[in-house]
Amino acid sequence: MTALIPLASASSSPWHFFAYFMDNTSKVLGLLWAHTWLSVVPVVIALILALPLGWLARRYQWAYPPMMSLTGLLYTIPSIALFVLVPPILGLDPLSPLQVPIALTLYSLALLVRVVADGLAAVPQETAQAATALGYKPLGLFFRVELPIAVPVIAAGLRVAVVANVSIVTVAGTIGFKNLGQLFDEGFKLSTDTPYYPPIVLGIILCVLLALALDGLVLLGSRMLTPWRRAVRA
Amino acid sequence: MIGDVFNWLTDPSHWTSTAFDTGIWDQLLAHIGFTLIALAISLVIALPLGLWIGHTGKATWIISVANAARALPTVGVLVLLVVIIAPHFYGRTNNGYLIPTEIVLVLLAVPPILSNTYAGVQNVEPSVRDAAFGMGMTGPQVLFRVELPNSLPLIFSGFRSATLQVIATATIAAYVTLGGLGRFIYDGLAQQDYPQMISGGLLVAALALIADLLLALVQRYTVSRGITGRTRRQDRGSRGPDSRTAVLTEELVSEAT
Repeated sequence: MTALIPLASASSSPWHFFAYFMDNTSKVLGLLWAHTWLSVVPVVIALILALPLGWLARRYQWAYPPMMSLTGLLYTIPSIALFVLVPPILGLDPLSPLQVPIALTLYSLALLVRVVADGLAAVPQETAQAATALGYKPLGLFFRVELPIAVPVIAAGLRVAVVANVSIVTVAGTIGFKNLGQLFDEGFKLSTDTPYYPPIVLGIILCVLLALALDGLVLLGSRMLTPWRRAVRA
Repeated sequence: MIGDVFNWLTDPSHWTSTAFDTGIWDQLLAHIGFTLIALAISLVIALPLGLWIGHTGKATWIISVANAARALPTVGVLVLLVVIIAPHFYGRTNNGYLIPTEIVLVLLAVPPILSNTYAGVQNVEPSVRDAAFGMGMTGPQVLFRVELPNSLPLIFSGFRSATLQVIATATIAAYVTLGGLGRFIYDGLAQQDYPQMISGGLLVAALALIADLLLALVQRYTVSRGITGRTRRQDRGSRGPDSRTAVLTEELVSEAT
């Protein structure tokens, strides 16, 4: 902080947030960038893994219940617990830079496998049969008929996964990983004597904005991939 | 490492409290205590409100607000409220940390219970509701004897996801110097005692799984069989431990299709 704003003063005026941001621009932007990265990459990896798994769960009925129980079980484990449990299970260091992305990938995967399977299940039988009658092979049927029809459902799942990730990443900030959660940590430590809000409020605002931006991006992508839905509405 | 964790967990001195350290049993009780207080308050707020909004169709904006609140980062809200509220209780007890934590936990637990209760009442088939009115039931009778039992599966899954949220966040509350099982994670981290940290993670995960399992059992015996369709085997099966994602995707599918 500059001498202009004494630490002990009430720190809730907008000027303080702005001043804090200006004083720490590069650090905050670095944390924001790391946060964005951690929120997006696990979801992308999870989606790539969820497509074949969801297809399997849809194709082989017997695979559906155990797969859903397993993913439900995974989703039951609190994020902070999963963060510290991933390294010993995979034989990594107790504080490995990989443990947070891996845990987040597992969470997103748990959500997306179900979403993909249910999205594919929502494809009308007649549509799939008509495509087969037109000469689509199983692979073509999946990528050019079933998957496009399931896009809105999958995109809705992606939106939930991305928004949840933005919040879960901050939990990793409390055990020392570099992301916007660090701002809360810093704000808490600076508030030992008197409350000092700027880093905390700035962190909350940036998290919400990031969640909204990523949510909007997925929505936009889903709209662009499904032009026929707009045609129907018009 | 796994052996160290096993040794840490099986060391009896870690389970009972001493003059310097709080043992696993006491932290577990504290954790369950925070969780139960938060869930009880949330239930008292969210259940009647959700039933009322669902039954009357009034003030549905509350549901939207509650859902939007889910985008807030939990840790940030926790720290902010602790920083705001704690100084007012400074020096007397650990109320200064307990009260803000409970407020955050309630804030987290209300949205899933509220929106699922609302959705449950809304999803009751109109014909069922009409039949109840046609039989001469009054508004409250329809609400408590038709709409409430019919919406129990959704209310339960909302309550279960609220429970998991609260258990998870109560763990993070250890980070703002409150007790609970999270203590072992953050203390282990601070002391670079990784077996302790990992044991803490295991204990929290076990608590969450057991809590969800217990609620699944309660759900099994309180929800009418006519609703779950458990009498007919070929149905999609009862809702297992995956109810949280199940409801979510059902909503997504119905929204998107």
